[in-house]
Amino acid sequence: MEGAERSALIEVEALEIRRAGRRVVSGASLRLGAGEAAILRGPNGVGKSTLLRALAGLCPIAGGVARIGGHDLRETPAAAQAALAYAGHLDSLKLPETPLEALRFHADLLGGDRARIPEALRAFHLDSLAEAPARHLSAGQRRRLGLARLLLTDRPVWLLDEPTTALDAASTAALVEAMKGHLARGGAILAATHLDLGLSGARSFELTPGPSGSPEAAEAESW
Amino acid sequence: MMRALGAVLRRDLALALRSGGGAGLGVAFYLIFVTLAPLGIGPDPAALARVAPGLVWLGALLAALLTLERIFQPDVEDGTLDHLALAPAPLEATVFVKAFAHWLTTGAPFLLVAPLAGLLLRLPAEATPTLVLSMLAGGPALSFIGSIGAALTAGLKRGGLLTSLLVLPLYVPTLIFGALAVEAAVLGTDPWPMLAIGAAISLGSMALAPVAAAAALRLNLS
Repeated sequence: MEGAERSALIEVEALEIRRAGRRVVSGASLRLGAGEAAILRGPNGVGKSTLLRALAGLCPIAGGVARIGGHDLRETPAAAQAALAYAGHLDSLKLPETPLEALRFHADLLGGDRARIPEALRAFHLDSLAEAPARHLSAGQRRRLGLARLLLTDRPVWLLDEPTTALDAASTAALVEAMKGHLARGGAILAATHLDLGLSGARSFELTPGPSGSPEAAEAESW
Repeated sequence: MMRALGAVLRRDLALALRSGGGAGLGVAFYLIFVTLAPLGIGPDPAALARVAPGLVWLGALLAALLTLERIFQPDVEDGTLDHLALAPAPLEATVFVKAFAHWLTTGAPFLLVAPLAGLLLRLPAEATPTLVLSMLAGGPALSFIGSIGAALTAGLKRGGLLTSLLVLPLYVPTLIFGALAVEAAVLGTDPWPMLAIGAAISLGSMALAPVAAAAALRLNLS
């Protein structure tokens, strides 16, 4: 995370994303530094998930600039991706596996630390379920397991797509606690959610459908 | 990077060996295929021995085909593919490891049951070592060439039939040279040129298929 004070962790300028020739996101601009969070808002289908996937390097960028951790996503995608952790709609869970095995796999896959697994399980109240097959987990428990993965690595940028789906109040509080901890360690978070997470100081970033039916991005000045 | 690839290999092997995994299914299908073949062709040993070299390989082809969708489809459906793409290892290397894991769990067991298959099809005993060798030489091509088709159809529900249409034509050289090697052993001629060509196809597919399959998977990501 060196140089994080000077350069922004997430830097997006006039970003344009096309899918099958159609403009999905255009003109999105955003800048988040260390310890900053932004909530991505907008109606269903406006392109929040697409924007997050594009920033994770999972779908191509048609125009503009996106830098993650100071690395250009188009020129040095591997370095940019090494600086981010992504939690999407799917929790990447194999039903025959136990949460412990799933977290071990993800720690190894993403270059995380296996020693942090007990702490990650505790943070999302999963310690008592660590050895239960994942097929017995409820939707909320699966989601918590997907989020616990974030705590295994030191990646400074978190991209969260509707992280509160299926979570109850206590689990949402656990998530907010984890997010606050990440911000305190100098990370940055961009999350799409409809809930008010109660993160103090989080900016709101509004995606609105443009006049031509394509969404235009405008940053709301709500600090 | 090696840590990430090791994790992918271990997970794929563990999932294949657990209940509901693909490891036993390919072999079971293969054995049923070679058991049914004599029932359809008739018990005449001479007639069976004549078609045996082709049948032992055709069975392997179909068994591999049936298990191909397990390479990538579960990862696309549960979102693991996103994390494979974000891992510090190139997607091409990850695809190589996954196709190799597929060979280990479905192709390698054929080496063990091939002698039994030969016996059921009245293949002359002296051709059995060549049969096993031909599966070792040509078998990896089934997994690696198949990984291209599996990657192309990974985002489709019930893409199995489409995978077959895409992959079976590409299996033709492997089938021909595998069967020719076994036939050469039956006829008492030199099987080594056929085995070498089979191995060359496998090595070529190991080098090229991961690039194509990774490109197809990237289309599935966006």
